[in-house]
Amino acid sequence: MIDALGAPQSVLVLGGGSDIALATLRRWAGAGRLERVVLAGRPGPRRDAAADRVRGWAPDAAVEVVDFDAARPDTHAAALDPVFAGPVDVVLLAFGVLPDGPTLPDPVAAAAVVTTNFTGAVSALTVVAGHLRAAGHGRVVVLSSVAGERVRRSNYLYGASKAGLDGFATGLGEDLRGSGVEVLIVRPGFVRSSMTDGLEPAPLAVDPDDVARVVVRRTPGPGGVVWVPGTLRAVMSVLRHVPTPVFRRLPL
Amino acid sequence: MSGLVTGWGRTTATRADRVPVRSVDDVVAAVRAAGPDRPLLARGLGRAYGDAALCAGGTVLDVRPLAGPPVLDADGVADVAAGTSIGELLDAALPHGLFVPVSPGTRHVTVGGALAADVHGKNHHRDGSIARHLESVTVVDGTGTVRELAAGDPLLGGVLGGMGLGGVVVSARVRLLPVASASMLVRTRRTADLEETMAVLAADDAEHRYTVAWLDLLAGGRRTGRGVVTSGDHAGADTPGALAPERHDPPPRLPAVPALPLGAVRRGPATAFNTAYWHRAPRRPSRGLQSTAAFFHPLDVLPGWNGLYGPRGFVQYQVVVPDDESLRRLVAGLRADGVAVTLAVLKRFGPGSGHPLSFPSPGWTLAADLAADAALGPALDRADALVAAAGGRTYLAKDARVRPDVLQATYPGLERWRALRATLDPRGVFTSDLARRLHL
Ligand SMILES: Cc1cc2nc3c(=O)[nH]c(=O)nc-3n(C[C@H](O)[C@H](O)[C@H](O)COP(=O)(O)OP(=O)(O)OC[C@H]3O[C@@H](n4cnc5c(N)ncnc54)[C@H](O)[C@@H]3O)c2cc1C
Ligand SMILES: NC(=O)c1ccc[n+]([C@@H]2O[C@H](COP(=O)([O-])OP(=O)(O)OC[C@H]3O[C@@H](n4cnc5c(N)ncnc54)[C@H](OP(=O)(O)O)[C@@H]3O)[C@@H](O)[C@H]2O)c1
Repeated sequence: MIDALGAPQSVLVLGGGSDIALATLRRWAGAGRLERVVLAGRPGPRRDAAADRVRGWAPDAAVEVVDFDAARPDTHAAALDPVFAGPVDVVLLAFGVLPDGPTLPDPVAAAAVVTTNFTGAVSALTVVAGHLRAAGHGRVVVLSSVAGERVRRSNYLYGASKAGLDGFATGLGEDLRGSGVEVLIVRPGFVRSSMTDGLEPAPLAVDPDDVARVVVRRTPGPGGVVWVPGTLRAVMSVLRHVPTPVFRRLPL
Repeated sequence: MSGLVTGWGRTTATRADRVPVRSVDDVVAAVRAAGPDRPLLARGLGRAYGDAALCAGGTVLDVRPLAGPPVLDADGVADVAAGTSIGELLDAALPHGLFVPVSPGTRHVTVGGALAADVHGKNHHRDGSIARHLESVTVVDGTGTVRELAAGDPLLGGVLGGMGLGGVVVSARVRLLPVASASMLVRTRRTADLEETMAVLAADDAEHRYTVAWLDLLAGGRRTGRGVVTSGDHAGADTPGALAPERHDPPPRLPAVPALPLGAVRRGPATAFNTAYWHRAPRRPSRGLQSTAAFFHPLDVLPGWNGLYGPRGFVQYQVVVPDDESLRRLVAGLRADGVAVTLAVLKRFGPGSGHPLSFPSPGWTLAADLAADAALGPALDRADALVAAAGGRTYLAKDARVRPDVLQATYPGLERWRALRATLDPRGVFTSDLARRLHL
């Protein structure tokens, strides 16, 4: 269960090796209530290393790994259904890929970004939402991005995929009203993580732990949307309304 | 009907099917229809602060409609249905010169909820918890069997303090207290610091049936723990101005204050309130008559006050510690951690009821209201550690956040209670979010 101060006892991470997810798990482990952590992701050294780190932070918790490929929606029910034989309080959707450029010239590769970031998220969230609805409680935390809030030329493939994800998660949150399940949509700006390794940090860049702190603080209480850093909320609300000819000339 | 269910603190809300019950047969039918994967929990008026009356994904039995006028016998014993509120029992009994033996700080709790939490009142130092005043309790157990448990029956230990997990209470026979008037003779006294508050409470316990202190834990320095001690007794028939029992008026139902979109009860306003409240209290001890409503249920004049904390809700941290020094350290620790206690109440407990999950045990009980905030976690965990090391414990009817291992270590009767629960509920039908969280 999630206690009154938002500390969960069982967490499922989709994209279990993510830096932001790990920073969040570290904070939840610090709250001292974790009993079960399921890291769903592609098998490999990164997922194994993540599991070891979580075991170090939460020695009393059962840490499980589950093979899960976001890009294979046809496998999601089979991969995730068994996880819900045990308790799941929070699902953290953290998988995502950042393409190397505004879009990709290869049509299949371009579509694959959407398959992971959007299509895969839709199918995984659909599986998860069904189980949580039946359980009558739970939180879904979706790592969206400001990139989807006003899609811009410099990363429009990624931005479009996140816009789709953000829209679906918003609708899901509405659909789940009254079910005991709350959906929290997190829109970070630039996060210095392995996803952005080698890229020049954008203004207002934050660290994975800054995102984690906000996720932990906002897990109790009603869901909704939260920006990291918080100032991006105002920035984005201006940018959303800037006329295209002006927007075009901004160094974004 | 399916809906969201939350505790009085309005922190977590979970969904359950809500089934109202109007008769014992309704309860039996609901229990028979339940099973381990379709769990069930009784709920009264939802005054438990945390997740004790929640059952996510299961069925919450709304026992409130199982009510009716209590039947009073010549010996002053009331036969009362579990959905009847303590306030309704009081209103029915007082015109006959009888009073509820134990009343919590609000009249809006059901008899079933009061038994499930084995509630205490301002008279605990003298009269114990409600368990001491029962002739018998009738429950529907986890097999759907109606059991009448007479005082002394060991199975009562699974029910009283058992937070709904030992069975659905459907009625009880409660021994009432004879009183000569409907008024309270109350002595009010303001104290300068925690030491004086403790000393006055201890001294007043010897003289008065009811004692409690409101504490100011927001005032800094030496003034931390200053307070207002109120001590009272039922006024005699000959006390000038005392209201005859038959002239007791049930308090009017007042409109609820609306829940606020943003929390209003925070450190700033609460500090202002505390300061004003303390200064308003008489500097010298003063004596006066009060109505039972004003004395026992002062918060009831603001129905819906729990909504003032906003959508994030609040927690009430209530613990008991056996000795003076532990209380001092507990208060100092909360203060040092910067915990903003908006409302605090202090009282001395007498001996406990002996039921394994019953909360009261001899010592000091502190109840502190706090706006919910994830940042409170570490400070309250430190307070828990202090309480546990001192041999104290947390009150399950208020809890929403204690660590399971701490809770288990501080209720040494837990294993005994589990055995009683297994007898009462062999199929594992009853559960609650509290039970799941704490692995009761
Ligand atoms: C303002 C305020 C002041 C309070 N002051 C005090 C106080 O001074 N002393 C004190 O001890 N407590 C106090 N309480 C706590 C309160 O007395 C308990 O939480 C009590 O259990 C609430 O009763 P309820 O009918 O609202 O039950 P609920 O909150 O609905 O349920 C509480 C528990 O009782 C169980 N339960 C309810 N009905 C039944 C039934 N028929 N059969 C079996 N189990 C049942 C539920 O499963 C749950 O575990 C206070 C609460 C408030 C809001
Ligand atoms: N970093 C930022 O600037 C930023 C900003 C806004 C939003 N976000 C979002 O935040 C989330 C977490 O990002 P992060 O910064 O923590 O980056 P990260 O460390 O690179 O994490 C991304 C994770 O996604 C996983 N993943 C990718 N494709 C997958 C697939 N097909 N199936 C399963 N898992 C897959 C990766 O697993 P592998 O180890 O298997 O590759 C990796 O664990 C992402 O959704 C990202 O879009 C990031």
